[in-house]
Amino acid sequence: MRGAKSAKWVAIAAVVALGATACGGGSGDSGSGDKSAAIDPNGKFSIEVGEPQNPLQPANTMESNGSIVTRALFSTLVDYDKSGKIVMVNADSVDTTDNKTFTVKLKKGWKFHDGTPVTAESYVKAWNWAATPANKQTNSFWFADIKGYSDVAPESGKPKATEMSGLKVVDDSTFTIELTTAIPYFVYKLGYEVFSPLPESFYKDPAAAGKKPIGNGPYKFVSWDNKKQIEVARYDDYQGPNKAKNGGVIFKNYTNLETAYEDLKSGNVDVLRQIAPKDLPVYKTDLGDRGVDMAYSAVQTIAPAFYTKQWKDIDPKVLQGLSMAIDRQTITKTVLQGTREPATGWVAKGVLGYQDSLGSDIFTYNPTKAKQLIKEGGGVPKNAISIQYNADGGHKEWVAAVCNSITKATGVKCTGDSKADFQADLNARDAQEVKSMYRSGWVLDYPFNANFLRDLFGTKSSGNQSGFSNKEVDNLIAQADAAKSQDESMKLYQDLEKKLPNYMPSIPLWYYKVNAGYSENVTGVAYAQDGDPVLTGVQVKKK
Amino acid sequence: MGRYVARRLLQMIPVFFGTTLLIFLMVYALPGDPVRGLFGDKAGSPQVIASLRREYGLDQPILVQYYEYMKGMLLHADFGTQIASGRPVTDVLGDAFPVTLRLASLAFAIEVVLGISLGIVAGMRAGRLTDNVILVVALLFISVPVFVLGYILKVVFAFQLNWLPPNVNDPSNINELLMPALVLAAASLAYVTRLTRTSIAENLRADYIRTAIAKGLPRRRVVGVHLMRNSLIPVVTYLGIDIGALMGGAVVTEGLFNIKGVGGTIYESIVRREGTTVVGLVTILVIVYLLASLLVDLLYAVLDPRIRYA
Repeated sequence: MRGAKSAKWVAIAAVVALGATACGGGSGDSGSGDKSAAIDPNGKFSIEVGEPQNPLQPANTMESNGSIVTRALFSTLVDYDKSGKIVMVNADSVDTTDNKTFTVKLKKGWKFHDGTPVTAESYVKAWNWAATPANKQTNSFWFADIKGYSDVAPESGKPKATEMSGLKVVDDSTFTIELTTAIPYFVYKLGYEVFSPLPESFYKDPAAAGKKPIGNGPYKFVSWDNKKQIEVARYDDYQGPNKAKNGGVIFKNYTNLETAYEDLKSGNVDVLRQIAPKDLPVYKTDLGDRGVDMAYSAVQTIAPAFYTKQWKDIDPKVLQGLSMAIDRQTITKTVLQGTREPATGWVAKGVLGYQDSLGSDIFTYNPTKAKQLIKEGGGVPKNAISIQYNADGGHKEWVAAVCNSITKATGVKCTGDSKADFQADLNARDAQEVKSMYRSGWVLDYPFNANFLRDLFGTKSSGNQSGFSNKEVDNLIAQADAAKSQDESMKLYQDLEKKLPNYMPSIPLWYYKVNAGYSENVTGVAYAQDGDPVLTGVQVKKK
Repeated sequence: MGRYVARRLLQMIPVFFGTTLLIFLMVYALPGDPVRGLFGDKAGSPQVIASLRREYGLDQPILVQYYEYMKGMLLHADFGTQIASGRPVTDVLGDAFPVTLRLASLAFAIEVVLGISLGIVAGMRAGRLTDNVILVVALLFISVPVFVLGYILKVVFAFQLNWLPPNVNDPSNINELLMPALVLAAASLAYVTRLTRTSIAENLRADYIRTAIAKGLPRRRVVGVHLMRNSLIPVVTYLGIDIGALMGGAVVTEGLFNIKGVGGTIYESIVRREGTTVVGLVTILVIVYLLASLLVDLLYAVLDPRIRYA
């Protein structure tokens, strides 16, 4: 099942794009001809989710079940389109001259669902509140880029301040953000739901607000029946570009995907986010063109634990060889039933700066060259590797297949190292107890290639669990971060990605695909980069 | 009798502390940390992790944690707070138990009514065709795994005949609970049938039955009172233990039919290392087990006048 995935994002312009095609007829979209064409603009539809783990506070939602609801209720300053370009939502403009100080101007006339206006103060106060460790928001480290964060949340000792000095309210609709160092692509981070505004009423009782959230998003909260369903309704005064095309959403709680699929077939739920492995071979015949099969921005890799004796001073050629010993084409087609696409780099599809070729052949299956490279690099120490994975995530089959492929091609002994569940797996990774290699998945936080490079392979990056550390890579990251514009920064990161085969911080295996489906009651269902359906774009048919 | 009950109730106290402590220690011994688990692949901010750990007392030694938890539970009926959602565990229990109770009682009713009547029929006709047919059916129920039975029922009754909904969307709807209850009851039902049958067949040859027939009692009274009362003792013992199993052990059935009951909640809490939720749920199950076995022991005296409790 779905574990705690890393943070997820939504792409509004998928809706915009949909809107463009449906532009002619909000009232009568009669092109398709048959009786199914009539749309009920106030119709509600249901979607399969699990019970959110956390209260619905925007900076406290890390797993996918909570974040899909939070994103429906809150709008942020900006968002992205399908290609990863920025779209303004609540912000009128976000300007900077030096990539260090950003001036945010808000659109006028926005209101929270309780009728109070959305002001610069709503943002600044919310961020300061979320950054304060005493408020225990799981995503608070996202504010670490802002100047003064270390005073509010020092690594040790008591906080010296309650407000980050980098945030300044200029007037009701303007505020400035000052960062500790320049980040050319900081605007991308602002699209994450952590950076949502909060209404004044929130602070009176944050716990209660987490059960009955008041936001500024396209939907307003109606009810949350624990472990059963969450209901939201369209917010009619919504000013953003992604106004809902349906009357509301019912998030229905399912404990597993098999039952959700059965309910989809019997018409009890309208939209699924995922299809269970059991139903993958049949879902396309069952659902016809309502079955969805599309790439999203996540990548599966196996990473060597560089702190172990085995990989400490390894010649990257050995890892290149191992990479070439994996028959990605066959494994994705057979074992994974076409639910993944062979990787061609470290950055996943749908992200700004994605490159479909790095000009290197390390991703192609070539047993002869693999053997030769491993030999040149001095061989795999002990001539045996193991891949650590969590047994509760459905990884067992492909780990076995990858191992098989490596052993067959190179003669290196390879075994799966199974941990009972994701918790135990994480524990071993955190404690640096991985014996040889481990599997690691990464879902985008924001669609900019730095997210897949800087946040994973920088020596001090938060996502770097393998102990990979390379001065040249750190230098290149620093250079890319110091770039004058987003564009330039993206290009520098692309160059960095092209050089990664020489360092091999990990072995990318494949990109994820959304395998999902929807019922006959709805139309216009599209899926964003993070693999979640775009709720606002869904249209409900008249019954 | 009264003194016996009092003694049994007092015996529950050490059992209660023993089981809760054991479970507390077991969850604690599992690798993984509930607070760290909230962050997944990301590292999270150390300050927030530290303050969350402090709030839930996870930075204390295990025995102190256990003491604090027990204090809260006994003095304030406070079962602690779920770490991820921040919901009080009593709320979580309040969601899961009614659902499970409904499912378990339905399954229990099916099991008792069907199991005992099939057992009596088979026992009365021991060795004949009816007996053999019931034997085969019972063996089938025991040997087919729960999930296979679940899928078969779903395919037949939900997808082909369209009589019942495949999954539970509203746990207060008896129609939707019928299929899961049947699946849940199936294996126990077979045991109850076999137990009743053996017991009935054996007692049928007992002296007191011959006497009862000889003194000219109507057949209904011979079977209904003399035979049944004595034959039900092993069955009642089994049923008593089975109540607990039906409530806590329905993980597979619950998952199969999308029921948010106790079994699934325990499973989920173990995966997330939410010690407090697990202990809270199990505590209640332990109490259910203890009360059920007390009840069974008292029922013995009702069923068999020879058994007395001083």
